[in-house]
Amino acid sequence: MNGFVFDIAHLLAGGLVLVSIMMLYQDRLYALLNTFALHALILTLSVAWQAYVQDAPHLYVTAAIALVFKAIIIPVALHRIIRQLGIHREIETAVGVGLTMLAGIGLVALSMAVMLQVTSEIDPLAREDLAFALSVLLLGLLMMVTRRNAVSQVVGFMSLENGLVLAATGAKGMPLVVEISVTFSILVAFIVIGIFLFRIRERFDTVDVEALDEFQGDRR
Amino acid sequence: MAAGLLTLLAALSLFVTSRPDPGTYFFIDDLNIAFIVLNTFVGFTTSVFSASYIAHELETGRLNSANIRFYHAMYQVMMFGMNLAFVSNNVGLMWVAVELATLTTVLMVGIYRTSEALEAAWKYFILGSVGIAFALFGTILVYMVAQPLIGEGQDAMVWTILVEHAPDFDPALLNVAFVFLLLGYGTKVGLAPLHAWLPDAHAEGPTPISAVLSGLLLNVALYAVLRFKILLAANPGAIAPGPLMMTMGLVSLIFAAFMLYGRRDIKRLFAYSSIEHMGIIVFAFGLGGPLANFAGLLHMVMHSLTKSAIFFAVGHISQVKGTQKLAEIRGLTVTHPGLGWGLVVGVAAIIGVPPFGIFMSEFLVVSSTFALQPLLAVPLAFGLLVAFGALLLRLTEVAFGEPMGSLAPVKASYAPMFIHLALVLTAGVYLPPPLVSWFQHIAILLG
Repeated sequence: MNGFVFDIAHLLAGGLVLVSIMMLYQDRLYALLNTFALHALILTLSVAWQAYVQDAPHLYVTAAIALVFKAIIIPVALHRIIRQLGIHREIETAVGVGLTMLAGIGLVALSMAVMLQVTSEIDPLAREDLAFALSVLLLGLLMMVTRRNAVSQVVGFMSLENGLVLAATGAKGMPLVVEISVTFSILVAFIVIGIFLFRIRERFDTVDVEALDEFQGDRR
Repeated sequence: MAAGLLTLLAALSLFVTSRPDPGTYFFIDDLNIAFIVLNTFVGFTTSVFSASYIAHELETGRLNSANIRFYHAMYQVMMFGMNLAFVSNNVGLMWVAVELATLTTVLMVGIYRTSEALEAAWKYFILGSVGIAFALFGTILVYMVAQPLIGEGQDAMVWTILVEHAPDFDPALLNVAFVFLLLGYGTKVGLAPLHAWLPDAHAEGPTPISAVLSGLLLNVALYAVLRFKILLAANPGAIAPGPLMMTMGLVSLIFAAFMLYGRRDIKRLFAYSSIEHMGIIVFAFGLGGPLANFAGLLHMVMHSLTKSAIFFAVGHISQVKGTQKLAEIRGLTVTHPGLGWGLVVGVAAIIGVPPFGIFMSEFLVVSSTFALQPLLAVPLAFGLLVAFGALLLRLTEVAFGEPMGSLAPVKASYAPMFIHLALVLTAGVYLPPPLVSWFQHIAILLG
């Protein structure tokens, strides 16, 4: 039983890393959003599995929030924004796809090397989860850095948050406070993002951050 | 404003009432009393200043009344978040509180809705959220490290319990946790490689927000770093947090000191000066030992008071001149003597001219560096001198020289600015013995 439990958790967390890497090479916004929805779905399964394994009912709440909020509401809302703005064509990336993929692989290797080395004393399930979570976090960060488009930066940020949720649920018996705070921060983040996107659209009719940079000129 | 005064009174009452025992969520000790009193005091004076500043923005039509209501509501939420961070005994709750304070400032930075303000807010938000993520990951790691020893659940996140058990923690994992926490909260402190949001947020937001960002929010993040530093110091097997903090502090100091020369925007100038001073403070705390901690603490208080006073002056100046460009502000002491001389006194205090308090704290930092790490005193003194020269250069242009720009009289609230400066001056001339012994006590607590 124990081996089976471990394998499933491992599979789901590994799947999350894989989808994170898939997001790196999506060059269309719609495809990116669909991939993100898949990311959130896998996160939901992973959290629900942890809830079952740890016998911690409150984790089901976290899983439900991940499912409803991140896998459904946010992608749908962003779809609508993209359609309204008419920016569904290619994403401008600051760094080429090949290079990004290489960097991504490097980051995954790095986080495995670091986390597995220092966590030899805690239980193996949490340990693997933590290593995967750090990979997801770093890949989200990489995506935020390599994209210029505000929508894909937001998606990068949310996948980074998914990594955090994975880490928090992997830590056995972590108090509810933290789960609430994680979802709370996502909520707030979304409100902020919504406002920003709205205002950016008001001002520029585009969500390309490059357009913002043009205003940098004179002030230093 | 009334709310600010009430909170200040409540904070002062902490001196006289007996301390409650540390609970699961909250606790009070000397360290956080010092931070809370400073926080609520500057919060109160800034609300006095922002009343007149925002009234002027309403007149000129840069903000409408809905914006104003939003602004004041957010201001109080931010003060709540900061005070919550100080009193929390739970590392998770502390994280939530710091985030609450950060997100409200993001909203306030973007309040003018100009393209520059939006860009600044966006940059702040993106970099801030990366900091948020790292800090949370570090917090989770701290829980993981504590869980085998303390057991599952709430107790493994309570700071007082964590410190008790810290000597037995697994040092390797604790090290990694601290690196994440230092990077995460260090982004908020504005330490050098992670500072990019700070000048933009200062320059494009309303000036009262620049004042509280520099004077208070940076301190909140610093407080979080200090708490975890104590945790790490209690574990004999873990890396010493000092050298890490000293390196980041020195790099921030020297980098910001050079950046001061090229600034063209008056609020950006003082934003970089904030990075410089946070560098000094982090350096002092990283150095450790009672004297350096004492100096760091004193410097932090002095910097908060002086920098917010400077921003009070700068806010009125940029309003009356209608510009933030340094090149278009000249001869202030002639056109607006009150503001001009206020700025001169403030800048003199911030660059460390005796007899102001900052001179004393900088002197203490440098002398304790000589005592502990003589070689590091060279770059430290070098950074201080470079910054001194840069600010002095800008000050002479802005304050003296041929008067330029609008001569209209200004409805300024001078009281907050001069009260702050008077306090800094008093501290430089005479520190009351109870205050000194109290600070010494905290310095020993910090280890």
